[in-house]
Amino acid sequence: MTSKTDTKTKPRKNALVMFIHKLGSPPWFYDFTGKLIPWFWALFIALTAWGLYLGLVKGPADYLQGESVRIIYLHVPAAWMSMLIYISMAVMGFIALVWRIRIVEILAMVSAPIGAAFTIVTLTAGSLWGRPTWGTYWVWDARLTSELVLLFLFLGVIGLYNSIDEPRKAARAACLLAIVGAVNLPIIHYSVKWWNTLHQGSSISLMGGSSIDSSILWPLLIMAFAAKFFYAANLLTRARVKLLEQDVRKAWVREVLREKK
Amino acid sequence: MSHMPFILAAYSIGTVVLLWCAVAPLIRKKSITRDIRRLIQIEERSSDTNS
Repeated sequence: MTSKTDTKTKPRKNALVMFIHKLGSPPWFYDFTGKLIPWFWALFIALTAWGLYLGLVKGPADYLQGESVRIIYLHVPAAWMSMLIYISMAVMGFIALVWRIRIVEILAMVSAPIGAAFTIVTLTAGSLWGRPTWGTYWVWDARLTSELVLLFLFLGVIGLYNSIDEPRKAARAACLLAIVGAVNLPIIHYSVKWWNTLHQGSSISLMGGSSIDSSILWPLLIMAFAAKFFYAANLLTRARVKLLEQDVRKAWVREVLREKK
Repeated sequence: MSHMPFILAAYSIGTVVLLWCAVAPLIRKKSITRDIRRLIQIEERSSDTNS
């Protein structure tokens, strides 16, 4: 029996804390994210179509770079995503190591292949932009090299995670590598300031505004938002698959499959 | 120098990489659900024969 004073002294969990607690439950996570994914894909497709229309069809060529400027609508959002995904992977890795939350572990681990994909797109699109603009596909410039190191870090996390049989032990080792590798992020960001590089400095700043024309800026920002929805949809899809894989023998997985028959 | 081949190559590679990134988990999911369904069938059959 609880008295009036007991109920008053008990800390009331707010809605956000309750929501986070619920997300830790695999069946609830599977069900909830299954409803979100189609919306994320729809937003990704709509924003990509809009961004590409503005950038490739409606937008003008650059006075200096010519038509090759159209590659930046792919290269720049992919480069931003490669770093953002690494940051989120390292943060989730830290949370997973400290609080041992299995779903966060899974989310950190499934981020790595998506990050690797965006880094490959960044490097190839950048290289194809570099040939007509700089006259070369590749130089061992600080920005390009540190981005290549980022790709190796993503591949290292994937490799380490897959090399250990026990998934939770594997995730802990790979999370540690992800956290250590985060030291590369400021190097990528500040490489154009710290060293004399062929790669140009930032044209867009969160604080200081932008030095590029709005006809180029808007499609770039729209494509950057689209990429975030791609990441969200892909991340949740991969996490759901990983949960099914790890919980094969659990009752909730069988219930989910029976419901879908 | 025409920039068109570079633009086409960049977007083609980008599309292939991101499309594979999106499709790979769906293929994996299909194979896992097929395996789990098979496992359930085997378990149900063995429990029927035991009873």
